[in-house]
Amino acid sequence: MAEAQRGFGILFKRIERIWNGRLATPVRFSRIPQFGIGLRTESESRPSFHSADLAVGLGTLVLLYVAARVGAESLVKFNPPDVIPTISLDPRNLPNYAARSTLRMFIALGFSTLFTFVYGYAAARSRRAERVLVPLLDILQSVPVLGFLSVTVTLFIALFRGSLLGLEAASIFAIFTGQAWNMTFSFYQSLRTVPTELDEMATLYGLSKWERFTRLELPSSVIGLVWNGMMSFGGGWFFLAASESISVLNRQYTLPGLGSYVASAIAARDLHAVGWAIVTMVILVLLIDQLFWKPLVTIADRYKLELSAGEERRFWVVDLWRAASLPAIFERILGPSLFGLDRMLSHFTRVEPHAERRSTSKTADRVFNVIVSITSIGLLVVAIRFVLSGVGLAEVGHAALLGLATAARVLALLVLSTIVWTPIGVAIGFNPRLARLSQPLVQICASFPANFLFPFATLVFIRFGIHLNWGSMLLMALGAQWYLLFNVIGGAQAVPNDLREMATSIGLRGIRKWRFLIGPGIFGSWVTGAITASGGAWNASIVAEIVSWGHTTLRAAGLGAYIADATSTGDWPRIVLGVGLMSVFVVTLNRIVWKPLYRLAQTRFQLS
Amino acid sequence: MAHTTSLLTAERVSKTFPLSAGGEQTVLETVSLTVAPGEVVALLGRSGSGKSTLLRILAGLIEPSTGIVTRHGVALHGPNPDVAMVFQSFALLPWLTVQENAELGLTARGVPKENAEKEAMYALQMVGLEGFEGAYPKELSGGMRQRVGFARAFVMKPDVLMMDEPFSALDVLTAENLRGEISDLWERGSFPSKSILLVTHNIEEAILLADRIVILGTNPGRIRGEVRVDIARPRDKSGPRFRALVDHVYTVMTNPEAAVEEVPAATAKPTKRFPMLPHARSGGISGLLEIIYDRGGREDLPQLASDLRLEIDDLLPAVDASALLGFASVAEGDVTITDTGKEFATAGIHRSHEIFKEQLLSRVPLTATVLRVLEQKRDGRIGKEFLVDILDEHFSDDEAEKQFQTLIDWGRYAHLFEYDADEERLYLAEPEEDVADRDAQSAAD
Ligand SMILES: Nc1ncnc2c1ncn2[C@@H]1O[C@H](COP(=O)(O)OP(=O)(O)OP(=O)(O)O)[C@@H](O)[C@H]1O
Ligand SMILES: [Mg+2]
Repeated sequence: MAEAQRGFGILFKRIERIWNGRLATPVRFSRIPQFGIGLRTESESRPSFHSADLAVGLGTLVLLYVAARVGAESLVKFNPPDVIPTISLDPRNLPNYAARSTLRMFIALGFSTLFTFVYGYAAARSRRAERVLVPLLDILQSVPVLGFLSVTVTLFIALFRGSLLGLEAASIFAIFTGQAWNMTFSFYQSLRTVPTELDEMATLYGLSKWERFTRLELPSSVIGLVWNGMMSFGGGWFFLAASESISVLNRQYTLPGLGSYVASAIAARDLHAVGWAIVTMVILVLLIDQLFWKPLVTIADRYKLELSAGEERRFWVVDLWRAASLPAIFERILGPSLFGLDRMLSHFTRVEPHAERRSTSKTADRVFNVIVSITSIGLLVVAIRFVLSGVGLAEVGHAALLGLATAARVLALLVLSTIVWTPIGVAIGFNPRLARLSQPLVQICASFPANFLFPFATLVFIRFGIHLNWGSMLLMALGAQWYLLFNVIGGAQAVPNDLREMATSIGLRGIRKWRFLIGPGIFGSWVTGAITASGGAWNASIVAEIVSWGHTTLRAAGLGAYIADATSTGDWPRIVLGVGLMSVFVVTLNRIVWKPLYRLAQTRFQLS
Repeated sequence: MAHTTSLLTAERVSKTFPLSAGGEQTVLETVSLTVAPGEVVALLGRSGSGKSTLLRILAGLIEPSTGIVTRHGVALHGPNPDVAMVFQSFALLPWLTVQENAELGLTARGVPKENAEKEAMYALQMVGLEGFEGAYPKELSGGMRQRVGFARAFVMKPDVLMMDEPFSALDVLTAENLRGEISDLWERGSFPSKSILLVTHNIEEAILLADRIVILGTNPGRIRGEVRVDIARPRDKSGPRFRALVDHVYTVMTNPEAAVEEVPAATAKPTKRFPMLPHARSGGISGLLEIIYDRGGREDLPQLASDLRLEIDDLLPAVDASALLGFASVAEGDVTITDTGKEFATAGIHRSHEIFKEQLLSRVPLTATVLRVLEQKRDGRIGKEFLVDILDEHFSDDEAEKQFQTLIDWGRYAHLFEYDADEERLYLAEPEEDVADRDAQSAAD
């Protein structure tokens, strides 16, 4: 406590000094490891006012203003759910809608991060928790998020009765479920793979739990966390677009935002409005990429575990931030109190030197296992009984057939995307300049919500009379294919140069080159891409197997359409059946196709 | 407070790890060890003898299965606050500066910032890193990184400084240099810990630094005995007493039955149905034998290692394998090629495979078993699982895999069987008449 108090004392002195204009005298402050977040290096700590400050200061102010205004809107406007907010198709409203959607995305990201820390930490720290949490996460990952919208929307509306906040929460929750699982897995994996000697060092040198987390565990997982966060965030737009305007239980719910704007444009057959929305979306994705993710990636790059000195990643926003003195001033002002806080947290989480006696009795373990098994079997039985009491066994068979149809679509689109994109991806990957240019582009394509493009595709289908049974495959591919391309480019880049030179020198060409060099070389990345793409396609099937333009609705036979139908009419047994079946399909495919392929890639085709 | 002469004691400590195939593997068996104030103890043993495990039990990082560890006579549970450790991989946090790394243990203890800073600066000076406080580990060379590791341990002023192969990740010259400096610090009496416990593979390192060398035997790890190093410091590596001790320890290390001075060796090991195959590649074995043959058929191992610029541990697997296969015999730190070995080293390719095959079949019963099973199976194949399951009963997962790989390598070299890594199946090797023909032809030319 005394330290914290002293911290405040120092804080006020600093402010005084800054106001007195004595900034140029170097002030020594204690850099707290991890709180400085490496934004500044020691040599740059001499502040001088700069045009950079103007940019950083203005940027921060604009951001705060937008967040405050948009946040106030969703809080203040209390609308009973019967009064549905209307969407104006005037493009001038788009910035506002975009801001509201973006805020949702970031709130969801915040919750995802929080969830990641709690869940991932629990799973990595407790052996028992691990045994439940990890398989659960595996299942959660395979559950089609959109199928659950009906459940969550109903739940949240009941929770925030009479307020738009219920819909907000439901939408944020949908995005959250699209983001959280990946991040959690990545964090859990990083925690589990902290090098043994580092872990022993932390134990032996008596690091407190807080210190262990901030000095060791968080930094060593931050790269994976940021990359996964970025990819999941990109995927989140899709769920945002789908969740802002949804008809659940025979009622249309609309939440002002980009997604509902597009939905309204579709209902009104306004192609111009769709176009404007797409332009806005592209700008938004680019802005967030440049101002948020790229800086984060650049900073995270410092937390590489290996000690090899390499070229430091640079990025203009980070450079700007470093050149500006405003952040330095804040760091100087806040530094001492943060330092005090750090010491305090560390003090309260200190590990008692003699307390570590982990007695794990085998009987307790067994009892725990039995309880877990009984609970999960019980839940399963309840679900099955619920479904069977609502619909007959024949219905289950029917839904399963539909599931096969969707599975066939997913596999076919993977094959097609592979045929189309692999040669292109390899060509790009083998050309360093092209790769550097196109990789961010592909990444942006991957985070662009494909459902914004659905109207155009739908128009084409209507125009040329293409049945959605085939067309839905294209719609699903619109979002999924990029993961494949992205990963293939990465894989091709990773093929060592000397192997390629060897291939050239022994005259390996054509099919043989693919068979002996390229194929094995990119196999691992392809599998990673295909797994992601397949997951995305399953989720997309719920919105891709039923599409409409104005009053025309196209429909494909598939499990996605089945779930979408059940959701909009509020048919609970069918919702549970559809979602359950889809999860079973995804899990089964994972087990019998992807896991073996992944293992094969890991054991046989590891380049290094 | 009662006066105790031991800082740290392990009393009849055993450690078993569960094997995934069921059952367990005994890594340490009733090991007792005492570290007294003011002494340097080295733990020396082959790879897998449980040195690191013993060290970590003494540091309180691992709980022993049976037996207890006491510090100053009090039983230890949890991390030992009296020790600091220097790690093989340095274990530095790359995102903290040198200074922050060095003061990590002090700040964790709640030492005020100014004091911690001062202590860290002092320790960094001691290891010759002044001026590098603000650098990040990745900007430093390997040797400097380990210096940070030492500084971090020094600031703790531990009773016992533990080191687990602290120099083995460094290149030879850097290691030599740092080793010398640590030894100097100890000799000057300004060393910031009361005692040192050192784990090493390197015999010269042990003799240079230690007052006592405790030698661990393999499988299960137990103390074979200890060698007192009664050479005045600073020690001269080329002195006669030093060389004699090196030879003696080599003898002990290369010969599991040899008596270690002072303490009688434990009773002879029960013979095993599955002797551990040394992890040597067939190419390595024949390479070693050719070198020994070229150099006159008899070679001093320390000499050979230093001539080849290898650590003894790099050489031992091939030496052990040669002995196991009857190509060489090892005595008193010397390795002597046998007649079979000579024939093997000088034969043509085809003939050498044949000799290898004969020796393998007669000296490694497991190969004969595998061959019999292969011949009896109608399809002439067995899965890897089958063999690994058998091996799993006797070795840890890791070790079983290594044993399997070694067996495959030897079997392939002997043209006994082939292995398809995709299908993970062993099958009988094709008869190789065409190869024999070619050999005969080239001999006729
Ligand atoms: N956590 C563990 N679980 C299972 N087996 C283990 C574990 N730690 C060590 N072992 C096994 O115990 C044996 C001894 O390991 P240890 O690391 O102590 O040997 P070492 O003498 O330090 O060897 P090296 O010289 O290779 O470092 C090995 O066979 C190893 O496989
Ligand atoms: Mg070891």
